[in-house]
This record gives sequence, C-alpha cells and structure tokens, in this order.
Amino acid sequence: MSNRFKNLIVPVLAVVLGMLVGTIIMLVTGYDAGAAFVALIEGAFGDIYYIGETIRQVTPYILAGLAVGFAFKTGLFNIGVEGQLIVGWLASVWVGVAFDLPKIIHLPLAVLAGAAAGALWAFIPGFLKARFRVHEVIVTIMLNYVALHLSNYLIRTVLSDKSDRTPNIHDTASLRSPFLEGLTDYSRLHWGIVIALICVFIMWFILQKTTLGYELKAVGFNQHASEYAGMNVRKNIILSMVISGAFAGLAGAMEGLGTFGYSPVRGGFTGVGFDGIAVALLGGSAPIGIVLAALLFGSLKVGALNMPLEAGVPNELVDIIIALIVFFVGASYMIRIFIERLSKKKGVK
Amino acid sequence: MEYVIEMLNIRKEFPGIVANDNITLQLKKGEIHALLGENGAGKSTLMNVLFGLYQPENGEIRVKGESVKITNPNIANDLGIGMVHQHFMLVEPFTVTENIILGKETTSGGKIDIKKAEKKVHEISEKYGLAVDPHAKISDISVGMQQRVEILKTLYRGAEILIFDEPTAVLTPQEIHELIQIMKTLINEGKSIILITHKLKEIMEVCDRVTVIRKGVGIGTVNVSETNPNELASLMVGREVTFKTEKIPADPKQNVLNIQDLHVKDSRGLPAIKGLNLQIRAGEIVGIAGIDGNGQTELLEAITGLRKSESGSITINGKDIRNISPRKVTESGVGHIPQDRHKHGLVLDFPIGENMVLQTYYQKPFSNKGVLNFKEIYKKANSLIKEFDVRTPSEFTLARALSGGNQQKAIIGREVDRDPDLLIAAQPTRGLDVGAIEFIHKRLIEQRDHGKAVLLLSFELDEIMNVSDRIAVIYEGEIVAILDPKQTTEQELGLLMAGSQRKEAGEEANV
Repeated sequence: MSNRFKNLIVPVLAVVLGMLVGTIIMLVTGYDAGAAFVALIEGAFGDIYYIGETIRQVTPYILAGLAVGFAFKTGLFNIGVEGQLIVGWLASVWVGVAFDLPKIIHLPLAVLAGAAAGALWAFIPGFLKARFRVHEVIVTIMLNYVALHLSNYLIRTVLSDKSDRTPNIHDTASLRSPFLEGLTDYSRLHWGIVIALICVFIMWFILQKTTLGYELKAVGFNQHASEYAGMNVRKNIILSMVISGAFAGLAGAMEGLGTFGYSPVRGGFTGVGFDGIAVALLGGSAPIGIVLAALLFGSLKVGALNMPLEAGVPNELVDIIIALIVFFVGASYMIRIFIERLSKKKGVK
Repeated sequence: MEYVIEMLNIRKEFPGIVANDNITLQLKKGEIHALLGENGAGKSTLMNVLFGLYQPENGEIRVKGESVKITNPNIANDLGIGMVHQHFMLVEPFTVTENIILGKETTSGGKIDIKKAEKKVHEISEKYGLAVDPHAKISDISVGMQQRVEILKTLYRGAEILIFDEPTAVLTPQEIHELIQIMKTLINEGKSIILITHKLKEIMEVCDRVTVIRKGVGIGTVNVSETNPNELASLMVGREVTFKTEKIPADPKQNVLNIQDLHVKDSRGLPAIKGLNLQIRAGEIVGIAGIDGNGQTELLEAITGLRKSESGSITINGKDIRNISPRKVTESGVGHIPQDRHKHGLVLDFPIGENMVLQTYYQKPFSNKGVLNFKEIYKKANSLIKEFDVRTPSEFTLARALSGGNQQKAIIGREVDRDPDLLIAAQPTRGLDVGAIEFIHKRLIEQRDHGKAVLLLSFELDEIMNVSDRIAVIYEGEIVAILDPKQTTEQELGLLMAGSQRKEAGEEANV
C-alpha cells in the first residue's frame, strides 16, 4: 500500500470511526441517529443559505489550521493560535473603527493590522524559544489568557465606555459583500474565504518553493544540521512563529471584519484557535488537507445548529462527535497499525 | 565436538528480498565465533531469528543438540541466549541495578528488594571483572560502562550464549581493549560468544572461528588461525580489497590552514584547546591522532564556526576566519564531513537530493531571488549520486532510508563538490564496511592530489597511519607531536596519545 494512500485513508477512517461511535452514543442515549445525521447534512448543505454559512465558518478554520500546520511543519507546536486570533480580531476591528479612509486603503490596512497583531503575539514565544530555550507550548498557552483578558480590558476602557463590545467598524473596512450575500440567500458569507484560499497558496509556496521554506523545514527537522549548514537557527524559529501567528491573526480579522463587524467582550475563548489544532492534525498539516479538514469541521459546526431543531439532538453531541474524530486522528497510529496488519494478511494470501 | 547452538540452513524472506539464504552457523561451547559481513549482508536478520524476533521460512535451530522453536525473545532468554545490542536498551535516569532487574524484579511482599538485587549484580560484576558500580546512574557513566551494564543484564538473566552486536563501534581504543579482556574472561567461565562485526582486526585478535555471509548467502566458516585479514575481506566483499591505501608521495605547496595559539572552551566552560598550533598545506593530508575527549571536537567546531574560541587565530589562505559564522566559514573555502552524520551531516527527513544542496541552496543556480529551482537541485543531486556511487532508489528517497555508507558517500560528494581549499574529514569511515572505507580513502587522497589541504580526524590508528602524510598527535588540547607515518609505529603513537613522552615529543614538534 502506498504511503500517499495511507495518508489519505487514515483521516478518512478517523472521521468514519468518530461518526460511528457518535451514532452509538446517540442510540444509547435514545436519540434518532438517522434523523440526526440527515439534519446535520441538511443544516450544512441543504440550502444555498446553509452553504454560504458553512463557507463562512470554514474561513477562520482554514486560517487557524494553516497557522498550526505551518508551525508543525517547521517543528513547532503553536497552541497560541487562539490568543493570536483574539489579538488579530481586536487589532483589525480597532483599525476598522478608528480610521476613516477610502475602502481601497482602509480594508487592506485593517486586514494587515490583524495579521501584524497575530504575528507580534507569536513573536514573543518565538523569541523566548530562540533566545532562552523556553518551550513554546507553555508560553503560548499562557499568552492565550493574556490575549483574552487584555483584549477585554481594551474593549471596555479604550475602545468603548464600559460597553460589552466595540462600536461597529466602518463600512470601508468591512469584508461583507452584498454580492455574496445575495448569492447565498442572505447568509453572512464574506470575502474572507478568498483571503483564506490565497493564504493556502502562500503557505504551500513558502514551504515548497522558497529558500525560506527550505530553511524553516530544515531547522524544524534538525537544528544541528541546519546550524552546520550555515543557517541561522534562532532567526528561523522566530520567523516560523511569526508567520504562523500572522495566519492566526488573519483568522481573527476574518471574524472581526467579516462575520461580526465588531469585537465583543468575551467570557471565554472562541475555540476556533483550538479547533485549528484539530484541523491541522486531520489535514496532515498539508495545505490541501487543511482546506478539506476545515470544510469538514465547518460543516459540522454549522450543520449542528440544525440538529436540535430537526432531530431534537442537543448540539453538544456534535461537539462530542468532533472530539471523537480528533481522538481517532490522534490515535491514527492505532489505525495505521490496523491497516498494516490488514494489508500484510492479504500479502500472505 | 558439542555445539551449543546450531542454526542450520536458515532462510528468511521479506517481501521482495531474501535476507538470509541457506545460512548455517554452528557455535561450539567456549568459543568466540565471529559473524562477518558487510552492512546489509543479513547479520542482524540472522541474529534476530536466533533471538526469536523473526521466524525463519526454512531451516532448523538446535540448542545443545535439541531442536527448538524460538517464537519470541522470552524463549531465547529461557534457553540462555542473551543479546548485547549495539544501541543500548537502558533507562537513563535509572541506576545500574534498576536497569538490570527491569522485567525480572526481585520482590518481597510486593516491594522491590533492591538490596538483594544489588548484591547479586555486584557478585556477577566481580566474577567477570566488569567493575560496574551497581548504584551508579546510567546517565552518569561512560558509554563503555553502559555496555558492561548490558552484558551484566544478560548474565543476570542466566545467559550462557552471548550475542554481541557490533560492540566496538561506540568504544574508544582503550575501551575496546578492556572489552576484549572481558570477553576472554567470559569464555574462561564457560560462556560462548557470537560476535557480529565487520572489523577484521578484532576477529583476528579475539575470535576462534568466523562465519562469513555475503548478500544474505552463507559463504562458509573458517578457523581464524588458518586465515588472514585479506582472505576474510575478499570472502566478505566478494573481490580483492586493498588495505594499504595506494598513494603517491605528497607534494605539499603553500600553507592553507594556519592555527596559532588557539584557546577554546568546552560546553562546560572548561579549557579544551590550550594554545594549539597547527598548519596544513595544500596537497597534504594531516591526520589528527588522539584519544577521544582531548579537544578534537572543540578544535573542529572552532574551525568551522560552530563554537566560539577565546583567543588565538585561525586563517584560511591568510584570511582570518576565527569566530565568524558557519556560513562565512563555508564560503571561505572549507568543506566539512562531520563526525556525526545523522546529527550534523544530514537532514534525515529531507530527500537525499535536497540534502545535496544543504549549504548552497541559497546560491544560483539552485535558487533565484529566494525561490528554489528544483530542476537544478535535482540535476546536481543526480550527478553527485552517480559520481559518488550513492546507492539509493531515487534522488527523492529520504536520507533516512539510506544505509550509513551511502549517507556518508552523499555527504562526501556534497563537500568535495563545493571545491573547498580545506577539507575537514572527521571520522569519515566510522561504522562503514571495508568496501566503503576503501572508496572514501581513495576520494580523500584524490582531493589531496588535486591540491587541497585535508584535515583527517580519526580514532582508528590504521586509518591515520594509512591515509595521512603527516600525523599531529593531540593531547589535552595541544598538538604534542608531529610525526611522519612512515617513520613511526602504532606503539609510539599510542604512548604519545596517552600523554607520556610529552615533553620530549613537544620539543621534537617545535624543531
């Protein structure tokens, strides 16, 4: 069995197994699993409106997945995508609120502000790792909380007068598109998906085609050999985190400038950044894989909203199914061994 | 004569290849029996069959005359077969005793009786002259000691037959000597030993008989007393092998590398290189001889920019290269075949082709304005793979999948191709078989003949004596003698390396 095929079949099997166990749970708890899945699929693709909503939800997932995947590919584990997303969201909205500029300048400026904020937020763990060998996992987890509470504080004190949200952004900074909304029966679909797909290409291009990507991957695989070969290991670690953070910041900007148009005070994390880890894992950190995985997670998330209405299944169950899929992806080693045994037996026959 | 182990006509297949074909190995009681073959000849497969890790398709295994089926390592253990692995299977934070009893803990009332175990470990250690401290932590003891712990582990489990898998690959010359003594003690105490190796010298020194396999096929068994290294080498490789490396006398020209009064500290901050002087001229090979840990690593790292030096000067063709970045050193005309090819030499998870441009990927034609040109990269890779006989399924194969010899050939190809003025070769043949060693020595001498300065660091005295034009003996961070390999002996070298005659030699070097 070729490796390529294996890389494809493992995530697919993980999804199938997740669904299977989810079905069992639904049956055991007395829900109609068939109706639940029909509702799920209807809710994600049953109507042009739902399709628009699904694509909208897929947008930040792609970018969060790219952020985690990019770091993975270069040997780093960026758990801070959530925090970078929050600061990116806030920064882009801030620019959207504070300035009054022509759209051609205002919108790109707001988008770039989101990317820059995420990059800056990721620079901190990158620098600490490169300079003092502090593990990025610890720093990024902690910075998630700092991002959450700092952004809440700024929204309450600087961006509003003790309100629980920022003012709405100016139209000139909005990603909203009456054209796309009209096309999808007034869903909240916005131009963000185009930016996300451009970023997919950018990630692929950097990693596969440039000397920068060659260096980043080399440092990720083997720091000693990279140093021996004359690469600047520290610079590359920082750069890898910064690029990853920029993707995460963009994910936040898509929410801020597209879906919401403002930034709320949050009681907790958005979860998109953490789901990004699952997206990257399921997609094997490959650009196309991330798009497909984001599509799956996005449709599960959106389709789930329909489950309580149509099938009476609580949408917490969808969270359980997503968790099960992540579990089976994490346990892909198990699946791999299972497949190998299977193909070995066939080989003997 | 009674055989303790007989492996008769063993055949083991893997999908697509026959790893062992009709191999017979018979081990007499109380002998040291060598299993000789090139890398990938099927030695490990055969031993894994004996140890119960693989099941043979054909053939019979007998232990003390009785036919047995060894389906897992526990059965092998029960039959008194123990294996000393090349890569140690030890838990670093545990003590010697804890490692030894692992899986066979002596317990009293559910608690591990560590005292009792320590006593037993101590007794066995005394009996076989192993001198292992049962209380020491694995992470605190030397590689040689760790190997003894592995030996103890098998003895503790009551092994009568010990399999040593390339035991000397990781040891210094002194430790090798001690290991050979230990093996002899084991034999005197009635144990039998199978020694897997491709080092002919060791076989001649310590073994009674040797079984040769080549490309998975059993070639035969010969008495060591009735053979010689040349015959063994040709049996193993299947053709004549020259040991004495052919070379014309060196014709050294101008100075290329000039090191003056160099001081370097090691990773713990202690002085490792203390006022070292060394010159290497174009068209000569200078071999650095010394016992590991006398500053060799620090010296090479200081030259190649991987380590900062405290004071002194290092110049290449008159240009100061001290304390500049590794990339600038590379660009100044230094090629470096590193000691540890897995750690420094290759990115194992990159295709072998991409490894061929590890230092040059940012230059034209391999990239342009930051965009890689894979056509050119793989064109270069292909030509190097051909020229240096790197055996790989394709240029896209991961470096990890290649054998050690082919990985090393790839590194040498890459370094030589950059046409450096100074080529540093650190242990270039470590762990390789005679065929690959021959090839690499030829390439080094070829570089010399093209007018390059070559710095050879090796712990194999044979290699130093054979390949070098001058030998620099390093001891405690200084060059204590410069010798002509034609006018010195291994004994003299050995003494100098150990630090005796230091004064006289030092004076001689200054003359």
